[in-house]
Amino acid sequence: MAALTKEETEALIQEVLEVYPEQARKDRAKHLAINDQSLEKSNKCITSNRKSQPGVMTIRGCAYAGSKGVVWGPIKDMIHISHGPVGCGQYSRAGRRNYYVGTTGVNTFGTMNFTSDFTEKDIVFGGDKKLAKIMNEIEELFPLNKGISIQSECPIGLIGDDIEAVAKKANKEIGKPVVPVRCEGFRGVSQSLGHHIANDAIRDWVLENRDGDESFPTTPYDVAVIGDYNIGGDAWASRTLLEEMGLRVVAQWSGDGTIAEIEKTPKVKLNLIHCYRSMNYIARHMEEKYKIPWIEYNFFGPTKIAESLRKIAALFDETIQAGAEKVIAKYQAEYDAVIAKYKPRLQGKRVMLYIGGLRPRHVIGAYEDLGMEVVGTGYEFGHNDDYDRTIKEMGNATLIYDDVTGYEFEEFVKRVQPDLIGSGIKEKYIFQKMGIPFRQMHSWDYSGPYHGYDGFAIFARDMDMTLNNPCWKQVKAPWKTEESSKVTVAAGA
Amino acid sequence: MALRQCAIYGKGGIGKSTTTQNLVSALAELGNKVMIVGCDPKADSTRLILHAKAQTTIMSLAAEAGSVEDLELEDVLKVGYGGIKCVESGGPEPGVGCAGRGVITAINFLEEEGAYDDELDFVFYDVLGDVVCGGFAMPIRENKAQEIYIVCSGEMMAMYAANNIAKGIVKYANSGSVRLAGLICNSRETAREDELISALAAKIGTTMIHFVPRDNVVQRAEIRRMTVIEYEPKAKQADEYRQLAMKIRDNKNFIIPTPITMDELEELMMEFGIIDQEDESIIGITAAAEATA
Repeated sequence: MAALTKEETEALIQEVLEVYPEQARKDRAKHLAINDQSLEKSNKCITSNRKSQPGVMTIRGCAYAGSKGVVWGPIKDMIHISHGPVGCGQYSRAGRRNYYVGTTGVNTFGTMNFTSDFTEKDIVFGGDKKLAKIMNEIEELFPLNKGISIQSECPIGLIGDDIEAVAKKANKEIGKPVVPVRCEGFRGVSQSLGHHIANDAIRDWVLENRDGDESFPTTPYDVAVIGDYNIGGDAWASRTLLEEMGLRVVAQWSGDGTIAEIEKTPKVKLNLIHCYRSMNYIARHMEEKYKIPWIEYNFFGPTKIAESLRKIAALFDETIQAGAEKVIAKYQAEYDAVIAKYKPRLQGKRVMLYIGGLRPRHVIGAYEDLGMEVVGTGYEFGHNDDYDRTIKEMGNATLIYDDVTGYEFEEFVKRVQPDLIGSGIKEKYIFQKMGIPFRQMHSWDYSGPYHGYDGFAIFARDMDMTLNNPCWKQVKAPWKTEESSKVTVAAGA
Repeated sequence: MALRQCAIYGKGGIGKSTTTQNLVSALAELGNKVMIVGCDPKADSTRLILHAKAQTTIMSLAAEAGSVEDLELEDVLKVGYGGIKCVESGGPEPGVGCAGRGVITAINFLEEEGAYDDELDFVFYDVLGDVVCGGFAMPIRENKAQEIYIVCSGEMMAMYAANNIAKGIVKYANSGSVRLAGLICNSRETAREDELISALAAKIGTTMIHFVPRDNVVQRAEIRRMTVIEYEPKAKQADEYRQLAMKIRDNKNFIIPTPITMDELEELMMEFGIIDQEDESIIGITAAAEATA
């Protein structure tokens, strides 16, 4: 199917909006746009980071998800208490596939669920005493933990528990960082505020811990990887490249990361930001307070990797610059072979994305390396600075949708007829049942890594095996001809 | 007779608990089966009936047992003077947790356990001073108390509070069957108090159902953890409570209140000399500034 023209895309958006009542239509209209590369600022075409309309089946999460699930959870040698009723922690436990090295339950705790398991009596009488008791038990049962974070669930903010006071007292008693995080789920409009709150908690309770302590030997090539959550091993595939070009990675935030790494980060020379949305706050803070510059990079697909390696190297001396060229050359045969194998099978295929923090724009280059085109993209919880960065990556007249609703996404897909959709678990089965190949792009569909040159080979293989899977030829009932099925889709649209 | 559920509201310290327990004792004396549900973390709504310092509360028992599901009705329900059934919701010490949730949990528990049986003629909810959150409005939600009595006096703040509570009732009255049933004036012996409260009641759309005079026998009985009805049944004050009880028993005047504005309330108070005519020239002027002027 040929790409939609600007007029067709405009008509499609209008048609989809038509079913809404007036107020909802007005609101949703601001979140749907046709990409125009000539725009400098996205606020000319799209509104984001606003409250979702009731009843629309948004795909968003909450502030607790942003703090516990994204930012804090992967710090592997700390214990993160899901403070409140049991469900928030238990139903999100280990779901994000943040890989780490360590012995779970002994010196690392990533896939475990620690919760204060609130019941009525904790709501009525307050949970501070229980929280203090839990922390004592943690110290006794898991003495190798390097600190504790308290991840507030909704009731904590409602009943006015003083978790800061409990944290300070526990910190004195056990002599390790104890960090209270006010990430109650009802705060903000999505998980995005949770990222911000989590960043602020790191700033206020952790980052200064080693100020004035010069015992950590530094080098001119020290960097920190910020906003890589090591999903399916992403951070490892990225770290290799940085180290091979001659840099020393002091800290990983926060995939496979430790609290000690976080504390040492103010001593690095440069912060490298992968997921801008979830960790730009702390990078900006370190720039202001410690004068550490930061840059964004993109390790999806060889084109963006090479671009990023050179951009990073340009901030260092000639050794590093030569190192970057060496790395790119070293892997060239490998990624050329990947492209040679998969591009002919994927060339011209069209993709629609709807994901979270950085991927709605960062994976576009990787698809393009394989000859594919992203014809629609959007963010669950992006802000306008994310869309600013997206306009140039997307083709003209492609669809941009912010906080897309279940209905809009389905209607767009019916009309655009992409060859592949990349989104989350809640969307997966809907589109598969519509007969459209689908990849989960939050969890890499239990695969990965997708970062770095190693990741690109896996990415290409996964897209091919999903898209070219023979099962898709079997999803149409044999008595339904190609013609009659088209009529059905049009009638349903 | 169908069960009548009544809630007693009013400014903190106005004498809600004392009035309720004396009133309920009088109702029991008249042969009614009554239950008191204390909805205040202080748990002092039943002490005069049970001769106890403070009844063990639903929430404290639940905290001990692990959860409210582990409790039986007989653990929390005590019977005192005149066969009056007593329960206290209980709740946290000041400054922690959520007392409102304690009230909700306790009342739900009573309903589920069948505390509101067919034998009962009256249930009285004695609720903490202000309706600060949804929890303290629990007794006046659908299928709970349908009559509300506000205890007040001729003091300025007690009247402010009464008017504010009337505002709260309007919200629930419009969506349910709860109604304002009257003001109980618990006298502080201010000037023309009965006229003033009657006037306020008329403005809100209700009546002053009874004027309870001040009498030291109430304090003497209270020191003994008793109601006047039980301690000195022949006292004049006991008859006052009996009158109040009979008026409530026979009350049919249930209305949706028409709370008045601040200006109207102040006007009324000026009329009765509670506050002076407003002198705008003194607003925001400190004592020091006044001295130099």
